[in-house]
Amino acid sequence: MNQKKQMSQKKQMNQTGFLLMITILLFVAMYVIGCVLFKEQGFAKTQNFLNLFISNAGLIVIGIGMTVVMITGGIDISVGSFVAMGCMMLSWMMERAGIGAVPAVLIVLATGIVFGLVQGFLVAYMDIQPFIVTLAGMFFARGMTAIISKDMISITNKTFMGWAKAKLYLPFGGYANRKGIMIMPYIYPTVVIALLLLAAAFIMLKYTKFGRSLYAVGGNQQSALMLGLNVKRVKLKAYVLDGFLCGVGSVLFCLNTLGGFVEQAKGFEMDAIASSVIGGTLLTGGVGNVVGTLFGVLIKATIEAFITFQGTLSSWWTRITIAALLCFFIVLQSVLAMVKKKK
Amino acid sequence: MKAINIKKITSQRLFLPIFCLALVLLVNIITTPNFFQISVRDGVLYGYMVDIINRASELVILAIGMTLVVSASAGTDISVGAIMAVSAAVCCNILTGGERAATELAAPLIIGLLAALAVGVLIGCFNGFLVAKLNIQPMVATLIMFTAGRGIAQLITDGQITYVRVDKYKLLGSSLPGIPVPTPFIVAMIVVVVTSLVLKKTALGLYIQSVGINKRASRLVGIKSVQIMFLTYAICGLCSGLAGLIASSRIYSADANNIGLNMELDAILAVAIGGNSLGGGKFSIAGSVIGAYTIQALTTTLYAMHVSSDQVPVYKAIVVVIIVALQSPGLAKFRKSLAQKREQNAKLGKGAA
Amino acid sequence: MEKNSVLEMRHISKTFPGVKALQDVDFTLEKGEIHALMGENGAGKSTLIKVLTGVEEFETGEIRIDGIDHPIVNNSPQDAQNRGISTVYQEINLCPNLTVAENLFIGREPRKGGLIDWKAMNKRSAELLKELEIEADVTKTIDNYSIAIQQMIAIARAVDMSAKVLILDEPTSSLDDSEVEKLFVLMRRLKGEGVGIVFVTHFLEQVYAVCDKITVLRNGQLVGQFTTQELPRVQLVAKMMGKDFDDLAAIKDQSAAQKTYSEEDIVIKAVGLGKKGTVKPFDLVIHKGEVVGFTGLLGSGRSETVRVLYGADKPDHGTLQVKGEHLVARSPLMSMNRGMAYLPEDRKNEGIIADLSVRENMILALQAKRGMFRLLSRKQQEEYTDKYIEMLQIKTASRETPIKSLSGGNQQKVIIGRWLLTNPDFLILDEPTRGIDVGTKTEIQKLVVKLAKEGMAVVFISSEIEEMLRSCDRMVVMRDSMKVGELSGEEMNQTTIMSTIAGGQ
Repeated sequence: MNQKKQMSQKKQMNQTGFLLMITILLFVAMYVIGCVLFKEQGFAKTQNFLNLFISNAGLIVIGIGMTVVMITGGIDISVGSFVAMGCMMLSWMMERAGIGAVPAVLIVLATGIVFGLVQGFLVAYMDIQPFIVTLAGMFFARGMTAIISKDMISITNKTFMGWAKAKLYLPFGGYANRKGIMIMPYIYPTVVIALLLLAAAFIMLKYTKFGRSLYAVGGNQQSALMLGLNVKRVKLKAYVLDGFLCGVGSVLFCLNTLGGFVEQAKGFEMDAIASSVIGGTLLTGGVGNVVGTLFGVLIKATIEAFITFQGTLSSWWTRITIAALLCFFIVLQSVLAMVKKKK
Repeated sequence: MKAINIKKITSQRLFLPIFCLALVLLVNIITTPNFFQISVRDGVLYGYMVDIINRASELVILAIGMTLVVSASAGTDISVGAIMAVSAAVCCNILTGGERAATELAAPLIIGLLAALAVGVLIGCFNGFLVAKLNIQPMVATLIMFTAGRGIAQLITDGQITYVRVDKYKLLGSSLPGIPVPTPFIVAMIVVVVTSLVLKKTALGLYIQSVGINKRASRLVGIKSVQIMFLTYAICGLCSGLAGLIASSRIYSADANNIGLNMELDAILAVAIGGNSLGGGKFSIAGSVIGAYTIQALTTTLYAMHVSSDQVPVYKAIVVVIIVALQSPGLAKFRKSLAQKREQNAKLGKGAA
Repeated sequence: MEKNSVLEMRHISKTFPGVKALQDVDFTLEKGEIHALMGENGAGKSTLIKVLTGVEEFETGEIRIDGIDHPIVNNSPQDAQNRGISTVYQEINLCPNLTVAENLFIGREPRKGGLIDWKAMNKRSAELLKELEIEADVTKTIDNYSIAIQQMIAIARAVDMSAKVLILDEPTSSLDDSEVEKLFVLMRRLKGEGVGIVFVTHFLEQVYAVCDKITVLRNGQLVGQFTTQELPRVQLVAKMMGKDFDDLAAIKDQSAAQKTYSEEDIVIKAVGLGKKGTVKPFDLVIHKGEVVGFTGLLGSGRSETVRVLYGADKPDHGTLQVKGEHLVARSPLMSMNRGMAYLPEDRKNEGIIADLSVRENMILALQAKRGMFRLLSRKQQEEYTDKYIEMLQIKTASRETPIKSLSGGNQQKVIIGRWLLTNPDFLILDEPTRGIDVGTKTEIQKLVVKLAKEGMAVVFISSEIEEMLRSCDRMVVMRDSMKVGELSGEEMNQTTIMSTIAGGQ
């Protein structure tokens, strides 16, 4: 009897972790295939692996925010436009208004929080569907980007460039080049910030009252209310957190692109949503975790790396491949849910 | 007595959408005096108003499909813009015979048009299968085609804009000889009339609402919930295909990147502004159609006020938030509790007197 | 406040559009008592509780609670909880995606160094459940458990929050007898600890088994507060219904002798019908003009069996004949076309279409039967609706009122009207009387007998055996997903049924 109980418990663990495991396995498999196929071009180098993180630090942070709001059963499709606005604000403030790098970054972070506050208020207290609210947010942020400046602005601010170029070398994984000098793999501070935030979000979701309230609200809003949770405030806080993470994400994104223009980060919101979904977050709410989201981002990054290394494939193959993967995961999720229901 | 009448009017379902449209138009009387002027040039009507009813056509058609999808599945089809691009790509590719530009049709026009509509329906069916049969949330299911659609369109047109420089192909997006009203408007009106007739003469509307509100109960009273839901997605796909054709005909080409760009958002907004709940269930086609015209009127108004196309979204967003906030359950609750308090105070005052 | 009372509500009034839900209602709860709140549907019980727990606002009156020397107003269930008022609702209010332990402790998780201490939380949850003799693995998500267990867990949560006032809003409607008994043990223990318990239920037996006092509401007004001893059952029912109470027992025409049936009278003939995992194969014959009851403990497969008969769930073996012709139902529509009708157990999720009007809800089944392209004209729809509103005495503001704003009993009547409109030969009623007031219960039972007399074959399921004894000609007894017996005539009495349900021992 006891043994049987343990067995069933194990099964339960497997089912919740199953999707995450597939996501991780898929990533590993894709990466290994890449290493074999593009060995000559250096796909297997440590630095190439780290580049996946370097070029997607912003997406990781914004993916965390997306996962948080998706756990509550919401969505935020304004993130792409917000990133464009954030980058444009940074560029404009530093290049046109002569504001220092530190205050400029702080202003962008504050803007993120205010943005989240407004969206959260409309969703939580006015009871408007998140999709509509953030759709308006998306229009607003994109339009504001154009109002700030219609021309592209490149960043030359020294402090900011300093942050962007600061390489942190790893103590391992290096290789000797032709001259026999050891070249160590490096990352930028953006990656460190993204991973720290990821760890913080993981702990927040699993071990804090707020984190669990997010799941409760996403699982059944009515029940959460009856269980004595302040559902509206939890939702508001989720969007504020999401807004803050968007602020951070746009700074990280800007450190990578070093400029702002109106069309920047178009479709970014779908990258974030796709990463979350591939990572096992349900759009109905109540289920999801940030580790999955990280691997979702890495899978997207690996597909892009594939296409870059292959060289002859057109860029639209990225979208088609991601769509095919999305389809696979979405169908898998639904089949799993059906199997569970039947049991 | 008068107050009661006003209350009666304002509580009408279509009051808010009509009010919004009127308000947008009213702004123009002040800012753009020639807004309502209509002139005839070469036997065709010209003017801002004509521009609105012309340009809104694709949106009206999309909004109708979207309304049905929203009602039946309590979710949105975010792939309509991408479907437009695919259907345009298919049509142009057939008409040019696989070339990137053509001055003569390589295949009969009708085949191109029908193929485009068929592709729209096909993608709609794919969405419908995922949503109705596999129980996937609509937004997630249509996210797949949203992501893949433009990629597929580029695949078909080889990543280039495909031109059909044939006058016959331009008719759908401009105007027919001898008829002063733009063709897109006529097509949109035909779609509106056909949809209304179908909803009036069959039980489809009742079925869709019933499925949207309670799928399980609907199944038990003999409604084939899965089929109905599937059907709405197929219809939505058809509408998107048609809208794609009009958009393509306007520029006599297939531009995979830009045809139908952000149209899914406008279509969803049209449904919401029309007073339909995005949570599914009860719907009003008239509301969505008015919503579509409101959005186009707003866009045209902004252009008339010389706002650049990049900046239009800011104003659109503000207007959208105001309109949706006015309809929101949160505000309704707030107003109700205010009214209750006022009543209570009045009662207390009477008691004291 | 009076000395011994823990909760006092005075002159509470509340109006919904068009309805005075509560008018000047008083309610007093003492420490360490179990107090039944009784009334027909629409009497104002739910509203009174919602007002108390902050789900709804009240307009006038005041609420006082022990330990606070000014009137309180709860603005949310959370507010109420903080003031010591815990509620367990009829519909389970737990989060399906969280574990049992989390559901017990959410909002007040044990923490260590600022972070949730999962180990301690799981341990305390396991202890709590063990103490209350509830068997559940605390680390599993709650959607793994039956409604009954979920209900018990919800109560465990309220218990653990050391509430001063515990409100149980129809907690027993989904529990079987042994679970109800377990609940009563728990209630008595809490009463001993000085908790005031408000108990809302429709089961009279339970009121007399466990309650000290009874407060009766009718049409939003207070009828009175009584001690249980001084109020005999018949009087209680009379007070609830507000009219001279015609004898419930007189429903069935007692003079009717044992009916005899010929081969032609067979409406339903099932041979070896079953569905893997839920219903073991069974044989069943139902005749014209016969009322067949299905009985058995909760989870014995009553509902599952009728679902298979109707085709709501597809059977995977056996055959079904309807009026002599084989039916392989692939969808409910096929069954409907053969003259079947099915009122499901779960009114909220499978019965009503909440946002649609009474009219639309009523004509839906007939419309589906006619097909999409043969729309009933508006005039026909209105005629049909009015006919059944009158016939079933449905209380609704108009035929265009959304069904969700009707009381439970009236909603149920609309659904019954929906099926009668299709003019069925075979009507399945799965718990049509659950959660509705005594008056409507009687009406429904009478209707069942009347329909059978007119030649309809009826399956009637109810948790209250008495109800079935009064209206059924024959009873099918279920145990562990299996049909274990059929009783009719003389055998059909409480003792035989009980012993058949219980099995060979």
